[in-house]
Amino acid sequence: METLIKQKIKEIKKGDQAAFEDVVSFYQHKVYQICFRMIGNAHEAEDLAQEAFIRAYTNIDRFDERRKFSTWLYRIATNLTIDRIRKKKPDYFLDAEVKGTEGLNMYSQLAADQALPEEEVESLELQTYIHKEILALPPKYRSVIVLRFLDELSLQEIAEVLEIPVGTVKTRIHRGRETLRKRLRHV
Amino acid sequence: MNCKEEAIALMHKYLDDDLTQPEEKKLRLHLQSCSECQAHFHELKRTISLVKSSSAVSAPENFIADVMSNLPQQKKRNHYIRWFRNHPFSTAAAVFFLMMFGGVFSAWTEDQQVTVSKQENLVIQNQVVIVPEDVTVDGDLVVRNGDLRIDGAVNGDVTIINGDILEKKRVQDSPLDGEKYMAYVSGEVNEVNQVFEWMWYHVKETLEGVFALGNR
Ligand SMILES: [Zn+2]
Repeated sequence: METLIKQKIKEIKKGDQAAFEDVVSFYQHKVYQICFRMIGNAHEAEDLAQEAFIRAYTNIDRFDERRKFSTWLYRIATNLTIDRIRKKKPDYFLDAEVKGTEGLNMYSQLAADQALPEEEVESLELQTYIHKEILALPPKYRSVIVLRFLDELSLQEIAEVLEIPVGTVKTRIHRGRETLRKRLRHV
Repeated sequence: MNCKEEAIALMHKYLDDDLTQPEEKKLRLHLQSCSECQAHFHELKRTISLVKSSSAVSAPENFIADVMSNLPQQKKRNHYIRWFRNHPFSTAAAVFFLMMFGGVFSAWTEDQQVTVSKQENLVIQNQVVIVPEDVTVDGDLVVRNGDLRIDGAVNGDVTIINGDILEKKRVQDSPLDGEKYMAYVSGEVNEVNQVFEWMWYHVKETLEGVFALGNR
């Protein structure tokens, strides 16, 4: 897949804008997922993910083709999202936790015309709870947890995306995992 | 083994696939004897599976279209114009082949009918298109497979494909005959009598169209 993406990037660099559509199509859910799990609500996540792709396109000449494209793209997305989190007023965090579930409501909407089995209701509640607990983590732990367990990146890749040493990635994952353990042990 | 410091650190190393074999043995032996660490280890593993069980979220349906419509536009257009300017020969060759397969050759050989781009007030007699004395053609005039005689005037360019401009007798008498009929035509006069000239005429026209589009 990386090879096909590299071919597309060559075409984009030559000026073929249409080739970018395949790149967006391939990475849209991954990028959206990173933004959504880190920022907490669907509307802002969509905004951030779009911005990430537009920045990748306008800066495509600066992408080094010897590197992995996904790493570069995820770095743009996480940097934008972390910037947005920093700019938020501190009291917004309380807000975000309440609003943060709207992206998950689509599951209940989808099933609106058919009776939702009890276990699915439970699982939706559980998922909403887990989502909130991830959002309650400080941003530096949140980003490693999202990249590691939701996007399943390797420790090395996370280090490259966040531009921090692998040792730091490990420390943050350990602390994030311990915090979540305390919050989720009674679930 | 110190539970808080050492054992928990080993658990995290285990979960990161970072454990050496001696460390793994050490951890396993400790877990067999320490129920507190066993519980802790169980909770950590469960935490990860809970986080992983969160269903993957998908970008909204309109996402790709929204991104594509928000991209800056210039990049694409400039590129094609640049390409045409840098490859005039390739462009001409490409258009040439397009027209070859597009039936231009067959049109040349099969269609021997006299055609004229403007019919109003013009007379066609024995393969000759006549612009009568009292008629002024407003705009460009194209005559194909016939001769053209201009008794009136043409307010524009004249192109004759596979034909000639016939001069009136009084014009032929004049020493200035070349300039004489130019006087009736305000624009350029092109006579196209060879298939390759005709081709070039099309190529030029098509290219002008392409560039006009590109520069718009
Ligand atoms: Zn212990």
